[in-house]
Amino acid sequence: MNVQARREADPTNQRPFYRQFQPEALQDALRRMYLIRRFEEGAEDSYMRGLIHGTMHLSIGQEASAVGSCMHLRKTDYITSTHRGHGHCIAKGADPKLMFAEFFGKEEGYCRGRGGSMHIADVESGNLGANGIVAGGIPIAVGAALAIKKQKRDDVAVSFFGDGASNEGAFHEALNMASIWKLPVVFVCENNKYGMSVSTERSMAVEHVADRAAGYRMPGVIVDGNRIEDVSEAVMEATARARAGEGPSLIECKTYRIRGHSKSDRNRYRSKEEIEEWAAKDPIRHFELELIARGILDEAQVDTIRAAAEQEIAEAIDFAREGTDPTPDEVTRDVYTVDLA
Amino acid sequence: MNAPAIRELSYAQAIQEALAQAMDADPRVFLMGEDIGVYGGAFQVTGDLVHRYGEDRVMDTPIAELGAAGVAVGAALAGCRPVFEFQFSDFSALALEQIVNQAAKIRFMLGGKVSVPLVMRFPAGSGTGAAAQHSQSLEAWLAHVPGLKVIQPSTPYDIKGMLLAAIDDPDPVMVFEHKLLYKMKGDVPAEPYRVPIGKAIVRRAGTGISIVATSIMVHRALEAAEILSGEGIDAEVIDLRTLRPIDTATIIASVKKTGRLACVYEGVKTLGMGAEISAMIAESEAFDYLDAPILRLGGAEAPIPYNPVLEKASVPQTEVIVARVRDLLQGRI
Ligand SMILES: Cc1ncc(C[n+]2csc(CCOP(=O)(O)OP(=O)(O)O)c2C)c(N)n1
Ligand SMILES: [Mg+2]
Repeated sequence: MNVQARREADPTNQRPFYRQFQPEALQDALRRMYLIRRFEEGAEDSYMRGLIHGTMHLSIGQEASAVGSCMHLRKTDYITSTHRGHGHCIAKGADPKLMFAEFFGKEEGYCRGRGGSMHIADVESGNLGANGIVAGGIPIAVGAALAIKKQKRDDVAVSFFGDGASNEGAFHEALNMASIWKLPVVFVCENNKYGMSVSTERSMAVEHVADRAAGYRMPGVIVDGNRIEDVSEAVMEATARARAGEGPSLIECKTYRIRGHSKSDRNRYRSKEEIEEWAAKDPIRHFELELIARGILDEAQVDTIRAAAEQEIAEAIDFAREGTDPTPDEVTRDVYTVDLA
Repeated sequence: MNAPAIRELSYAQAIQEALAQAMDADPRVFLMGEDIGVYGGAFQVTGDLVHRYGEDRVMDTPIAELGAAGVAVGAALAGCRPVFEFQFSDFSALALEQIVNQAAKIRFMLGGKVSVPLVMRFPAGSGTGAAAQHSQSLEAWLAHVPGLKVIQPSTPYDIKGMLLAAIDDPDPVMVFEHKLLYKMKGDVPAEPYRVPIGKAIVRRAGTGISIVATSIMVHRALEAAEILSGEGIDAEVIDLRTLRPIDTATIIASVKKTGRLACVYEGVKTLGMGAEISAMIAESEAFDYLDAPILRLGGAEAPIPYNPVLEKASVPQTEVIVARVRDLLQGRI
């Protein structure tokens, strides 16, 4: 899709998002947001019931940045994701069945049960990996963009990361290289106000992550991360720029994670009021209301989409529970491409 | 009423007490790390220390391991006594530059004119379902670097005493704490005390085989020894406690007595603790006393997998220690 051309053909500049996407694409975006929400609620529930072990990082409340960013992407475009990556994975096109199978540690899972929540990724759909290392994926996205450029493709790499990650050296080094080499990469920061317990006020010398773009001579854009149309329009512009060979951009999505950082969080660093205030800005409800107001969907259709997502997740969990456990004699499989004898 | 002199504390509580007592005794001591303040640390080790000592002495850092480790090195050089918490030992990989190229070598490179009294704490090991990037046992990496001391206390008593000794130490001391030990309870004196770095301890005396183990594996080796004693195999279990400098004398004396050696550790088997101890014995006067091949039981040659069955199979478990030691004693190895 030639994004640039479409924007120019839309001189009224009235929410280009709703003009650029067909109703089916918008409905699909809502469906994906629901899939993410229900996936994570299902994951949480499975954990509470002792069906899965380890920990997990839920992105409930952050669905708009994942889906809004990926709406513009082709299968051949890449993303790198984070420890809070279920949403990115679904938004890029993964099948919740195979994600749940991974959660349950089964052979059918995307990582054959080796990765678990923190590493779930559907490589086929262009996801180069969730990551257990904060900021670990940012330079990797730059590397993927370098490969795209070398191969003369017009694909892009989108790197998701949090506010906390922007304090890592890897972030700064990666942005600098992306800029000096004019690589087709879009840095999407999901600023949910905290890196675990530490607020951005306490951890960053500047107010906005986007302020940091100036140091690397690239556009730094701030959007309301709970409004899918805002995210999507910014990412559209950035991907167009990247595909046109004009280099990287940084987009900061202001958002909030409604759940704790992980399963061990006691929420000692934030107030109930703050959580409630953000819960009221639910990105899914916002999008539904927009779609209804514009006559793209009615309440009944929304209910149908929601019910379908619920159904799909319930089936995914059943599928995962029936999956195959790996056997202990396979512990060293896939450490190397050609197994050592 | 006097507080009891010895109480039962968890390993995590013993660390917290050592940190508090070190801060009480020495104004130069302060703590740095990610989420060690109001959050209380990822494993609740620092707990409420921020409320007792304030944010100046219990400092939350940004997520910036390399830079923060360097800040700790600089503060140590300039007269402070920082105790740095990594949230997971795996993240030491981001800070290796400051640990390996700087902290370990600055004293040497500057001709002995300075020292780096720095303590770093590393929650390590598998068993929590946290997968490949949050479960590693990397102590052998750091033990390979002259200039660092590396300890792996296995009990609440030892962690308190060794941590206090580490904070006293003028050189950088790396403290590896197995995550599965944090909740383990044991007797801990209320008063500050020191357990020396560089001294192994015989946890169970025996005559049939010397099992040298570290960290959580000490407990599995002791369990295995109990089971084996029912079969007439009398194992001696040595808790190595310090990976650098290694207490060779205790191990040599034990092997001369038992004539057999097994090394049990969670880190990847190849080029790890077992390789070092085996080679050390092969070079020593104990070599002539060996009646059987040396047995190494270490982690699999693979990252730690998420699936719980595979995760368990990746590191030595009690049953495996029992079976392999039995095989050795019965001449099947
Ligand atoms: C290098 C590294 N340091 C620390 C951690 C532990 N950790 C995991 S997520 C996290 C917070 C990350 O904050 P942010 O980047 O804002 O992402 P969010 O969790 O808010 O989505 C921390 C400290 C880690 N996984 N990797
Ligand atoms: Mg954050």
